[in-house]
Amino acid sequence: MNKPLENASRPNAQDGDHQGVRAAVMGDLKSTLLLFLLLVVITGLIYPLTMTGVGQLLFPHQANGSLIKEHGRVVGSALIGQYFREPEYFWSRPSATSPMPYNAAGSSASNLGPNNPVLAQHVAARVKALKAADPAEKGRVPVDLVTSSASGLDPDISIAAARYQIPRIAKAGGLDPTVLQHLVQENTHYPLLGYIGEPVVNVLKLNLALHARYAQKHPEANHVTH
Amino acid sequence: MIPTLLLTATVLVVTIVLAIPLGAYMHRVYAGEMFWASRLLGPVERLTYRLIGTSPEREMDWKRYALAILLFNLAGGLFLYVLLLLQGHLPFNPMHFSGVAPGSAFNTAVSFITNTNWQDYSGGSTMSYLSQMLGLTVQNFLSAATGIVILLPIIRALVRHNTKDLGNFWVDMTRTVLYVLIPLSVIFSLILMQQGVVQTLSGAIHADLIAPFTSGGKTILQQVIHIGPVASQESIMMLGNNGGGFFNMNDAHPFENPTGLTNFLETIAMILIPVGLVFLFGQMTKARKTAWAILVSMLILFIPLTLVSQHFELAGNPIFHQLDVTQTNHAALAGGGNMEGVEDRIGAGASALFATVATATSTGAANCAYDSFIPLSGGINLFLMQLGEVVFGGVGSGLASFLAFMIFAVFLGGLMVGRTPEFLGKKIGSFEIKMTSLSILIMPLFVLIGTAIAATTVAGRAGVFNPGPHGFSEMLYAVTSPANNNGSAFGGLSSDTRFYNLLTGICILFGRYWVYLPLLALAGALAEKKKTPAGSGTLSTHTPIFIGLTVGVILLVGALNFFPALALGPIAEQLAPVSHVMTH
Repeated sequence: MNKPLENASRPNAQDGDHQGVRAAVMGDLKSTLLLFLLLVVITGLIYPLTMTGVGQLLFPHQANGSLIKEHGRVVGSALIGQYFREPEYFWSRPSATSPMPYNAAGSSASNLGPNNPVLAQHVAARVKALKAADPAEKGRVPVDLVTSSASGLDPDISIAAARYQIPRIAKAGGLDPTVLQHLVQENTHYPLLGYIGEPVVNVLKLNLALHARYAQKHPEANHVTH
Repeated sequence: MIPTLLLTATVLVVTIVLAIPLGAYMHRVYAGEMFWASRLLGPVERLTYRLIGTSPEREMDWKRYALAILLFNLAGGLFLYVLLLLQGHLPFNPMHFSGVAPGSAFNTAVSFITNTNWQDYSGGSTMSYLSQMLGLTVQNFLSAATGIVILLPIIRALVRHNTKDLGNFWVDMTRTVLYVLIPLSVIFSLILMQQGVVQTLSGAIHADLIAPFTSGGKTILQQVIHIGPVASQESIMMLGNNGGGFFNMNDAHPFENPTGLTNFLETIAMILIPVGLVFLFGQMTKARKTAWAILVSMLILFIPLTLVSQHFELAGNPIFHQLDVTQTNHAALAGGGNMEGVEDRIGAGASALFATVATATSTGAANCAYDSFIPLSGGINLFLMQLGEVVFGGVGSGLASFLAFMIFAVFLGGLMVGRTPEFLGKKIGSFEIKMTSLSILIMPLFVLIGTAIAATTVAGRAGVFNPGPHGFSEMLYAVTSPANNNGSAFGGLSSDTRFYNLLTGICILFGRYWVYLPLLALAGALAEKKKTPAGSGTLSTHTPIFIGLTVGVILLVGALNFFPALALGPIAEQLAPVSHVMTH
């Protein structure tokens, strides 16, 4: 291996050595700072801006948030969940964001510990609300429907959670349960190879389909007004 | 459990299959070989050397190398600190965020230059796009590169003999960023964007709700959706074992981790470079069997802990059984297990795998809420960090620490058979053992004293969110994670206070520099030694016995140091009877 040119590491000479060491350290400092600035430009500007350009060019839909538009208006993102509490729509999972649920400007989990009594109270209250909305439903509630997601923005529910809600929606929305089953099927996403990810149903897409049906049924009522 | 087991096996196999060529590639890069990559990137590399006035032939001894690392990190920390303070006055700030408060800016700067990425702030609603790119993305690259740059001289010291030269810091840094981190990040960013990770400079999106609702007396008509240049940061945050998310909820946020496939790839990304470096070690030292022994040792520690964590997460919360809830896992219907703080598209089993990977490496990313984990699963997170981030570990730094444990195991083995301990032909003397012990014991010292301070002061207990032993776990986690440069958290704890900013900041600094400076000193000492050929009495470093010895040393040190603390937190909570919780 080659020898270092600077003699910062050589403990030989006595006087003049201090100056040598100092010059070497200053030289190292200069090289270090220059390299830092260079890498800041490469990794902090050139790299992210290039990726932004490439993303906008190759994947404009995804890079801009996988937005769903209806009649020219953005109604949401396919990847970001929304809050639904009308009985004729599929309900999303509970959300722990504040000040309102599904606040996509501030993702948040409940952070409640598994043994925290508050968590048990929340779950019990959610079970009660689901049962109250559909007293005929006697089965156990799928767990994802009564626990808050990690992001508070979970766009999906499990197939079990979707099926659980079909009787309530059929009654409240006046729809045939088989139509709803078909809609759930259409909006289900199955995992790659069967085990990379979980099978899920996208709630917003499902409810947009319901929304269109309700609008068709009662065009004059315009089911949901703004 | 079967889909989860398949997923775990696939993650490990794919990682190893990718890491073998990556290790070979890195070997050519650091040897300065002329090959396709250097023909492509060589001009930029050489221009960099010309601009800063160095060349690969000019090498440094350990002190000069260490000083360069410190200066480089110091410059990075100051730059980031000032950038965060001033972001309100700078461009690329479409949401008009004001400057970060000084306490938080200090904590963030320290945290990001050390590859910790502990975040006391809420990602998507604090940092301007400029801070995310020019501040945090930069340090995602440079702190990861620093980890690798710490490892290289240690490996060289085992290869070389009778020399002080351990490499050129600037060259190692340049090559790491240019040849390893940027190309991998570009490829990974493209995949992430295709899958739905956002990458834009536009401000937030306003979506008109089809079903407006009332919340807190107000009618909510719109959803404000934060976006940003996420993919470019997400890729290096995973590959570089950084783990500090663009958004508050990190890899649970659908814009950071939109699909089952991205979750799978992000899990692999965390261990790809750490495992690649094990193969690089094998290539550089020509001790390929020892490299495999290292990998096997890591897997022996990793796999059982992962399976236990997955078991508990998939079994669900026993309390919910009494609440008319079903937590059963149907492969066809999903949604089972402990789903509080877990995303549906990811699932409980994959979340547990992600958690053990993120804490076994120093990534600390989270695709679920660790605070809501079943107590023992959360305890496994803690224990993986408390082993000293050696199971895969941080990029570079993890293998460096693992080598320290191996040297310690060689020393113990030497004591048992009554021979001078040797590691890859280098005699291990008292100085080497002192440096190794120093490196191994500093972290537990800071974790235990730090937790004791947090638990005994009003300011420390004030941050606690969950009652009972879980609250103690939150404090233990908040000190363990920074001291091991991990960065994950039990998110319930309020950590943006003067007390925790200071405590975690100090733990981060000592956990990085006091752990790795002794190892560089060790490298300096080893490089000067001559290489003795292996004799009949040499303890071979790739036999099952030696693997057992190394794993035993790691477990023993970790368990002896931390078992009492773990017993007060996660273990006590796991053993709490359900009836007791229900009547609380």
